[in-house]
Amino acid sequence: MKKFESKKRHVLPGDFITTAPLRLQGNVVLEGKRVIATSIGLSDVSADSVRVIPLTGVYLPKIDDLVIGTIQYIFGSSWFADINSCYQGMLLGQDVFGRGSYPTTSEMKERLEKGDIIYAKIANSDRQREPLISIADQSLGKIDSGELVKISPTKIPRLIGKHGSMIQTIESSTNATITVGQNGLIVVSCDETNGLLKALAAIRMVDEQAHLVNLTDKVKKMLESDGV
Amino acid sequence: MGGREANVVLLDENGIRSDGRKVNETRKVTIKAGVLKNASGSAYIEFGGNKILAGVFGPRDVHPKHMSNPDTGILRVRYHMEPFSVDERKKPAPSRREIEISKVIKEALEPAVMLEKFPRTAVDVYLEVLQADGGTRCAALDAASVALADAGIPMRDLVCACASGKAADTLILDVNNEEDQAGQADMPIGYMPNLGKITLLQLDGVLTPDEYKKCIELGLEGCKQVYEIQKKALREKYFSSGDKD
Repeated sequence: MKKFESKKRHVLPGDFITTAPLRLQGNVVLEGKRVIATSIGLSDVSADSVRVIPLTGVYLPKIDDLVIGTIQYIFGSSWFADINSCYQGMLLGQDVFGRGSYPTTSEMKERLEKGDIIYAKIANSDRQREPLISIADQSLGKIDSGELVKISPTKIPRLIGKHGSMIQTIESSTNATITVGQNGLIVVSCDETNGLLKALAAIRMVDEQAHLVNLTDKVKKMLESDGV
Repeated sequence: MGGREANVVLLDENGIRSDGRKVNETRKVTIKAGVLKNASGSAYIEFGGNKILAGVFGPRDVHPKHMSNPDTGILRVRYHMEPFSVDERKKPAPSRREIEISKVIKEALEPAVMLEKFPRTAVDVYLEVLQADGGTRCAALDAASVALADAGIPMRDLVCACASGKAADTLILDVNNEEDQAGQADMPIGYMPNLGKITLLQLDGVLTPDEYKKCIELGLEGCKQVYEIQKKALREKYFSSGDKD
């Protein structure tokens, strides 16, 4: 029984996972004593907790997540960015121009225009208001060049891999720089066309085959082969 | 739709129905998940002669804004029949019947979806009936449930649906168009199989208390058969190249 449970299983909403009194981590719900999956994905029962790794779903902003967003409009002294979620990211003018400043719209437009792509951090997110985002850090801010790709946000952990193994594999073998947003948006930049195409193909492969095992090896094999 | 056909034999002496089925047999059901690229989730169902397309959008902003709920997301369902879905052209404007079906499908899905994680948003479910052959509300509910799961909306359970009824003084499973028109009762049932809860129950016609109980049991059997097909459709989309389970 134990061995059976420790294996990751494919589950659909409503599927029974376990009756063990474990901590519920994500995409599971307790109905009486039975733990039930609420999403399509892989069930993961560890020593003290149970969760379902989802294969489909929308991005919900979480504090300290790094996301990629597109500026949509300026309203008052804030920018509003599409962060591929059901909520818009709000970037305060204060965050860019410093505390107590009152930037004019034209000043704001000079910094960030509609359509600009930014790498940002979720500064605050609660149930009441739109999530606050921040670009006040060295690595954050406007992204000037690269190819923007969108994959399912639930597959981002797979793209990064254990301790970043997957993303390092792709980066090192294609010489591409990959900026990954937790919200499913990725910017890939590479000087060589071939490397860029290969990196994009690898990302697409992860998106399609996230539920399979030994994916890092498969991606490695694909990258080492010649054609794309 | 269409008048009664006086000379149709609903059940012959061998217990075979007008379309060649046994009394406890459903029509052929096929479901395909993820058929629309632009929707968050989608499904296409063929339930006998019924052909229905379901598209789910969201969670997304609610317009008009006053409909939004700061505590939870809301579910909106539109059931619509195409003008060419029935024998005689159906006016495309929402009819009284379509408004009713939209409402009952919404209420049948609400116990399953967990929208409290998405306050101030809406999930829109669009159900387009391309071809109707009796029992569209059940078929539409089946497709809607698969499309919601495909969209990744958290759900306590899938909702499966199937009708049972009475024609030629016999209880039958999965009432088709002729049996609906000339039969004695039609009872659509929506069911959450893992939780064992009924989310939709309507009855058009007359049944004795005893028949009513048997009719529900028969309907639930049908629901469970549909549930297996729903699961298969989702498995095919998400785990087809997999080697587990």
